[in-house]
Amino acid sequence: MHKLLTDSPGKEMLLLGNEAIARGALEAGVAFATCYPGTPSSEIPEQFFRISQETDLYFEYSTNEKVALEVAAGAAVSGLRTIVTMKHVGLNVAADPLMTLAYTGVKGGLVIINADDPSLFSSQNEQDNRYYARLSGLPKLEPTNTQEMKDMTARAFVLSESLELPVIIRTTTRLAHIRGAVTLGDLAPRKTRTHFQKNPFHFVCVPAVSRNLHKVLLERGAKAAKASEDSDYNRVEGEGPWGIVANGVSYDYVKDAVADLGLSDRVRILKLGFSHPLPRELCLGFLKEVEKVLVVEELEPVNETELRAMAQEARIDVPIQGKGVAGLSRLYEYDPALVRKAISSYFDVPYQGPEPVDTSHVPELPGRPPNLCAGCPHRATYYAVKEVYGQETIYPTDIGCYTLGLLPPISMADFVICMGSSVSSGCGFSRATDQKVVSFIGDSTFFHSGITGLVNAVHNNHKFTLVILDNGTTAMTGHQPHPGVDTAPMGVDRTRISLENLVRGLGVKDVHVVKPFKLKKTIEAVRATLEYDGISVIISQEFCPLFAKATGQARKTKPFRINEAKCKDHRVCIQKLACPAMFVEGERVKIDRNLCIGCSVCAQICPENAIVPVKD
Amino acid sequence: METKRLVFIGVGGQGNLLASRLLGEAALSMGIHTVVSEIHGMAQRGGIVESAVLLGDVSSPIVSGGEADVLVGFEPVETMRALGKCNKDTLVITNTHPLPPFTVAIGQGDYPTVEESLEAISSRVGRLIALDGNRIAREVGNPLALNMVMLGALLGSGAVPVEPDAMKKVISSSTKKAFLESNLKAFDRGMEEATGTRAAG
Repeated sequence: MHKLLTDSPGKEMLLLGNEAIARGALEAGVAFATCYPGTPSSEIPEQFFRISQETDLYFEYSTNEKVALEVAAGAAVSGLRTIVTMKHVGLNVAADPLMTLAYTGVKGGLVIINADDPSLFSSQNEQDNRYYARLSGLPKLEPTNTQEMKDMTARAFVLSESLELPVIIRTTTRLAHIRGAVTLGDLAPRKTRTHFQKNPFHFVCVPAVSRNLHKVLLERGAKAAKASEDSDYNRVEGEGPWGIVANGVSYDYVKDAVADLGLSDRVRILKLGFSHPLPRELCLGFLKEVEKVLVVEELEPVNETELRAMAQEARIDVPIQGKGVAGLSRLYEYDPALVRKAISSYFDVPYQGPEPVDTSHVPELPGRPPNLCAGCPHRATYYAVKEVYGQETIYPTDIGCYTLGLLPPISMADFVICMGSSVSSGCGFSRATDQKVVSFIGDSTFFHSGITGLVNAVHNNHKFTLVILDNGTTAMTGHQPHPGVDTAPMGVDRTRISLENLVRGLGVKDVHVVKPFKLKKTIEAVRATLEYDGISVIISQEFCPLFAKATGQARKTKPFRINEAKCKDHRVCIQKLACPAMFVEGERVKIDRNLCIGCSVCAQICPENAIVPVKD
Repeated sequence: METKRLVFIGVGGQGNLLASRLLGEAALSMGIHTVVSEIHGMAQRGGIVESAVLLGDVSSPIVSGGEADVLVGFEPVETMRALGKCNKDTLVITNTHPLPPFTVAIGQGDYPTVEESLEAISSRVGRLIALDGNRIAREVGNPLALNMVMLGALLGSGAVPVEPDAMKKVISSSTKKAFLESNLKAFDRGMEEATGTRAAG
């Protein structure tokens, strides 16, 4: 049984933040779950995926976040308790349905989990998605620890149903990936079937309907403001003449800093957990009671700006500061020392924490950037394309493991902004320049948002080559399936969509399906695209070795070794491939047989044929 | 209880995330307030993997520069890279087995000798425990048990208020049967190594 199905109310478990969210949903009797995976949200649907194989919970990996939210919308307006999870930039993709789903509202509770990524641990930007709550008019909750992640998720379904609005829960990388104690509550039964009550004058958002629905949204927003005022997720803690306002993980840093600085009797903390709409009366009461206010919030000055507006409107003359105070910046995530320093500086309280050791004279350290795995088929595909197209070609790339092609020695990534942009930006590059263009996109990303770009490329007679790196899974985020995957080895029955048929169906005439470990043939196929007058697509098919291993589909090939009698130390292998299974020892290249999966790419490029399979 | 801030640092695949999680589980089983934080994602593709364990009366899930009470490093150069987390009193426990990054192989940097690394660490922090965890793991017949050796060394150092029995119970409940004996052996060997250094002061 999945551990999150443990039916022992009161039991304490150490849960990952994302597991706590999944548990909270189960405690609310969630019946329907959708997502597109994205760090740092991916572990939530991972739980639902496994749990849906044991229970009657419906779960799907949807094609992208827009689809995920629309699928969820259908279930929620029909009356089922529904959850949809995505990373922060995923909500950009889902922004279109979000804005008008706010108008129709929902009948069954709909909770949208949205994970921000301050410090960009694994994202292309660090946008602050608290603005989406304001843009859409939807209520938003922000937990501060694992217990709250569970509790708030469960309560969010009730809130959603009472307000008839989707509720957004905003986490950040830190919260998503902490593990902390969670006291379990009761698991609620699931209602998995319902009957949709037609109401076209509420659900069909033509202008005449939506004019009225916008008013409905504002009315519901007013109800949400009242709920925020009454919520115990918003509260003032402590007594004292100084005020600190905090949300999310910043609240934890503030709480520790106040204790470390010995300020417990001088500071009161306004904790904002139900942070959109803000609890106006609570905030005003707080602002009136204090001499000065420090707002601690990662990324944008959202609460700071709103509090200032409130103070101005209510004629409360209290200094309110946040961004700009001793290191409190709009950039990156905060940490305990930074927050402690800001508090010590703003309230002029001396503090001397432990000093970091002086590292100015430690030996210079070699970098350890992430790298494509040993036997990663992307490395072979990149090698083959570079052999034909060289370094001058423009290489738009996309979002996935293969973005690591940015790093030397591959160095074949010239532009990426978002999912799917490799294809569409390729159209622009090829029209605007005289340079050749080869775009790279992963299989999952192609299904997510590459298809429309390719339709555009064919329809508008663009001329470039698209390489679809088909490794049979969504590798970067932890091997989730996608529409092109045979899901049987993962224990689920989903219809597989052939990438080749799809690409041909979109009107691409020059399609090449290659096996990248067959280097010579792959290079030939790449060469055939060089002078093609139109859109060429190369589908490079080979399993992600980690996924293949995990699902029992691994290659049965032997690892390789260097025949030192033949090796003349050209180092072409290591210089061009930088495979992590290769290392230099005693000035000679060696292969770690425990890492090598026997892809044989290095053996195929060795000028001396000195790389051979191990014998035993 | 007194707050303990620990940082675990290693390279993708060395199992330091599991080590920090198991330490958190063991602490929780003893009723100690615990927060563990991990960085997933890109770091798993052969990059640096960092996690933190905070025990005691503390809410923050991470450890700021200079604020680690203990740094557990699974690779000597990575231990050195994480020195910024340490202060003059920090206890550092490091594996001495080097894993040079591929940048060294393609000539983009030099890998310092283990002696240089250990010297740079020990001259800056309160105490250093250095052990060849990979050798110990091999000797107990389970090359993947490095994380168990390091957990053993951590408990052997006496730096955390977690009982070895509580730790072993958690290891037992989360290890596949085939690896259980070697994992526990690796843990004990790590403990022995570190307990020795404690006696020596």
